[in-house]
Amino acid sequence: MTDGESADGVRLTGIAKSFGGTRVLAGLDLAVRAGEFLTLLGPSGCGKSTLLRIIAGLERQDCGTVSIAGRPVDHLPPAERDVAMVFQSYALYPHMTVAGNLATPLEMRRLTLLERLPLIKHLSPRRARVMRGIMAEVRAVAEALRIEALLDRKPAQLSGGQRQRVALGRAMVRHPAVFLMDEPLSNLDAALRVEVRHELADLHARLGTTFIYVTHDQVEAMTMSSRIALMDQGRILQLGTPDDLYDRPASLAVARFIGSPSLTVLETVADGVGGIRLGAVRLPFGHRFAAGTRLSLGIRPEAFALPLGPEADGPALAARLVRAENLGAEWHLHVRLDLPGEPPAIVRLTAAEHEAARASGLLEDPLTLVLRARGVHLFGPDGARVEPDPAHTAVVE
Amino acid sequence: MRSRAFLASVLSHLVLLIGAVLMLAPFVWMLLTSIRPAEEVFGAVFDPIPSRFAGFENYAQALFASNVPRAMLNGAVVCLGILAVQLATALPAAYALARLRFPGRGVLFGLVLFGLTVPIQVPALPLYLALAKAGLLDTFFALMFPFFLTVFGLFLFRQFFRTYPEEILQAARLDGMGEFEIVWRLAVPAALPAIGAFSVFSIVAHWNDLYWPLIVVTSRERATPPLGILAFRDAETGGNYGALMAGAALITAPLVLAFLVARRGFVRGLTMTGLK
Ligand SMILES: Nc1ncnc2c1ncn2[C@@H]1O[C@H](COP(=O)(O)OP(=O)(O)OP(=O)(O)O)[C@@H](O)[C@H]1O
Ligand SMILES: [Mg+2]
Repeated sequence: MTDGESADGVRLTGIAKSFGGTRVLAGLDLAVRAGEFLTLLGPSGCGKSTLLRIIAGLERQDCGTVSIAGRPVDHLPPAERDVAMVFQSYALYPHMTVAGNLATPLEMRRLTLLERLPLIKHLSPRRARVMRGIMAEVRAVAEALRIEALLDRKPAQLSGGQRQRVALGRAMVRHPAVFLMDEPLSNLDAALRVEVRHELADLHARLGTTFIYVTHDQVEAMTMSSRIALMDQGRILQLGTPDDLYDRPASLAVARFIGSPSLTVLETVADGVGGIRLGAVRLPFGHRFAAGTRLSLGIRPEAFALPLGPEADGPALAARLVRAENLGAEWHLHVRLDLPGEPPAIVRLTAAEHEAARASGLLEDPLTLVLRARGVHLFGPDGARVEPDPAHTAVVE
Repeated sequence: MRSRAFLASVLSHLVLLIGAVLMLAPFVWMLLTSIRPAEEVFGAVFDPIPSRFAGFENYAQALFASNVPRAMLNGAVVCLGILAVQLATALPAAYALARLRFPGRGVLFGLVLFGLTVPIQVPALPLYLALAKAGLLDTFFALMFPFFLTVFGLFLFRQFFRTYPEEILQAARLDGMGEFEIVWRLAVPAALPAIGAFSVFSIVAHWNDLYWPLIVVTSRERATPPLGILAFRDAETGGNYGALMAGAALITAPLVLAFLVARRGFVRGLTMTGLK
């Protein structure tokens, strides 16, 4: 349905929605490119599902416009918007077989109302022919999803993963212009989730359709998306590629949400000449804040290093080890920095770094932590990211 | 301690047993009387066991020399007619009240609850007058008309539909189902246990109803089962209570049989609403 001209998949302008007195979406703008895998990521209750339902037409926005493929769809009922949705609960029709579930969207489109009425439907000579065509397509989709053996079962007789596939199949048979997915993996166990994640990414690559995917799991968002829209309290905090969000967070809130374990935030003040002070250490950033301005410094766990050879000459902080967690491929050190108030921090080491550090006695208290350039972010008093000015920064080099 | 638990169990079963005997006694008596010879019913000697098996004569009289079969046929027509219209109206209305958002829904549902509190005796007179004016007295329509809209069924189905998962309805709307189609393709199949339970209630109530048929029916041709029994007692038995009880047993039998067949679904339908 997408006309080749328009680069628009879905465009939202000024979408606002309140339930009773509570504002759930606050004038939200978002342009989803045709064919991209866009993830709406955000904490529980931030309005992701509401936004998805508004795009689908299942909920009416208080104001604002939804356009799909360059055409406003606000006046269209859900079925005519050319979108398909995979629900968190899968929402399969419980008393129909898998085949019936997959066939329903096509029956609704290709059979007349009379041909769908109980009993009367058998009077139509056309119906049998149309149904044969539908069942052929259903079988093709079932084969693509490897559920052809389940076609005669009812949803209650399926495992979670199988139900998820059927829900996906029911969305796919229609070849919609846009797939909407509301946390489709949240009811699967961890191993299956990883598997289905790959399959969804494959499916997106194969179909080339626009996907709008809702999740509160940042790993899902980071691994599958072309772009992520990070939402909080009914607005979009940042829209960008996974790299953008991780390496160039637009605000402290974004930096805090993305990354696990989450980054260490230290309260500091500007020194008036483009740098900040951390105890005895000065970090130059090339910012323009007046002396005494309160700033926040965010440090990713992997931006801390132990002074092993090449890392030895960055700005260094002293710290006391509280606890060390072994995750197999990496270690997380929970430390307290030797700064006023002893702020806690988390340090991520690869298993090899940890091994080397232990061998050279670098894990004895007090630890010396060197700051790497990458993964250190400065945020202004309003929480917005301060771009380091390369001309003035020793740290970012 | 075990003996105390045992005693408690014996006691509770005893209470239940007494209750069951009290409830069943009239039925047992009816069945015994229906096989009792006429002269023995008011005989001087009181013996629960009939002296001679007179079932054939009694049942034959009830079946072939009375209006009872005709009344049962009428009863079936009236009960099924009422039930069909009740389901056709209550199911969509209950779905709308439970799942659609529209102005005035709260008020409408309030009226439904209010309707639950109004017994048939209240509108009986105006209904009778209207039917009389329309020349519809002594018809099947007059027998069925006041019961076409059932607030009880509406209420029962609404409670049931409220528990239906919202996401499935949304999926259906996305797939292109209209609200009526959602009712017959999704809501009705899911509500089958509730529909079964309601049907039992409805059929029992209208099969056994004496009040309304007594008001609107005068002819033998439109008599419902209880009216059939009444006529039988007055005119045809000539004091043969054995035959009368045979007629009563015949009239009770379909309901008992239906309940035995549908027992499990019935109990499930009653306990299911509000759960899940
Ligand atoms: N129909 C409704 N009536 C009233 N409030 C609602 C309704 N739907 C959603 N809300 C409220 O809107 C807010 C956002 O809900 P929404 O379901 O969009 O969150 P979400 O981001 O999808 O969360 P989650 O990750 O938990 O699914 C919540 O506070 C919720 O309570
Ligand atoms: Mg949600």
